[in-house]
Amino acid sequence: MTTPSQTVGPYLSIGLPWPDGVDAVPEGTPGAVWIRGRVLDGAGEPVPDALVETWQADANGRFDHPDDPRGAVAGFRAFGRCPTEPDGSYRIRTIVPGAVPGRDGREQAPHIDVSVFARGLLDRVVTRIYFPEHAEANAADEVLAAVPADRRATLIAVSAEDGYRFDVRLQGEGETVFFDV
Amino acid sequence: MGTPTKLHLPSYRRDPDGTHPPLDSPGYRSTALRHPKQRPVLLPQMLTEVTGPLLGPGRIGEHDNDLTRQHAGEPQGQRIIVHGRLLDGDGRPVRNSLVEIWQANAGGRYRHTGDRWPSPLDPNFDGVGRTLTDDEGRYEFTTIKPGAYPWKNHDNAWRPAHIHFSLFGTAFIQRLVTQMYFPDDPLFAQDPIFNSVPDEKARQRMISKFDLSRTVDHWALAFEFDIVLRGREASVFEDEEDE
Ligand SMILES: [Fe+3]
Repeated sequence: MTTPSQTVGPYLSIGLPWPDGVDAVPEGTPGAVWIRGRVLDGAGEPVPDALVETWQADANGRFDHPDDPRGAVAGFRAFGRCPTEPDGSYRIRTIVPGAVPGRDGREQAPHIDVSVFARGLLDRVVTRIYFPEHAEANAADEVLAAVPADRRATLIAVSAEDGYRFDVRLQGEGETVFFDV
Repeated sequence: MGTPTKLHLPSYRRDPDGTHPPLDSPGYRSTALRHPKQRPVLLPQMLTEVTGPLLGPGRIGEHDNDLTRQHAGEPQGQRIIVHGRLLDGDGRPVRNSLVEIWQANAGGRYRHTGDRWPSPLDPNFDGVGRTLTDDEGRYEFTTIKPGAYPWKNHDNAWRPAHIHFSLFGTAFIQRLVTQMYFPDDPLFAQDPIFNSVPDEKARQRMISKFDLSRTVDHWALAFEFDIVLRGREASVFEDEEDE
């Protein structure tokens, strides 16, 4: 009964971006970092008509949502959205989330869920950002473990001057791992 | 203390094959270099996926649900009311949830620098709206019926008239962007985006219904468009909570 997905088309940037969309956390938040990257197509060309959205836990691994009864720090949107520039770039201001409860009492390594929408994508693609400083937790993460070892690196952000880099390659050499949710 | 809170997570049903378009849809040429070639990895639904941003209050301005009143003058074209319900797959209303729309004007032109087709912009129409669903999951917009527009996908290609819709639901899993079409559009047959949805019944769910009961005499036509997001599995967890 679900309504089918359709592409955002080439003109998404009139409808979806918000002036403060890049702020998953407010400016001035202690520990705030920028996650910057580019969305690239199968020819390695930038995708200038995409939208990147992020969703994540707070620093304690909690969500401000009724299905997380532990609650989260208020005043933290935890959601970011950024349309890509002509060079395919996007940026999100956020904090590194805490570890999130997984299944069977295990913990998941800190991660951010990502949706990418674009002209030419008839449905969003979903991926996850993990962080390079959590090597041990990443090695024990159930979701990363399900990803072929030689492709895991596509899910791990790279340290950068003011935060991290995370590029999304939709197709081809170094194709980002996408998830079926 | 010390033992972690036991979380009872809902799980969301997967949609039957054919509900959504394959990312590789050769008829829509822009998919060629943009569809992933590797199979997606199955992601178990965990806390990050069953939660999601509950957006809305604070994001809506005064005329955001009336696209005909965002300028001093009235836009050109056929005034319409577009209304419906936002539901989950079990028919439950999705309440207080952000609905975002964007569309072309009556001549099929978007207020976007990349849209260069020679149909005039309308100084009184931006083509962008947002609203919140009410306690029954209802939303309503007043707008202008968008025109069809040409594109370069194939020879003499025209998009059927449509309004782009963006929905969040209550979980990351439910996020949906779709397009609402109008009944009996003669352009459906040649449109690879509409026809990218394999299942015929699923395609029909993207077509709004003409709604005589909601037309306003000497003012506006009306179309009804219900949107259904993924539903939850019948939950065994609710019983467990009574243990
Ligand atoms: Fe369009």
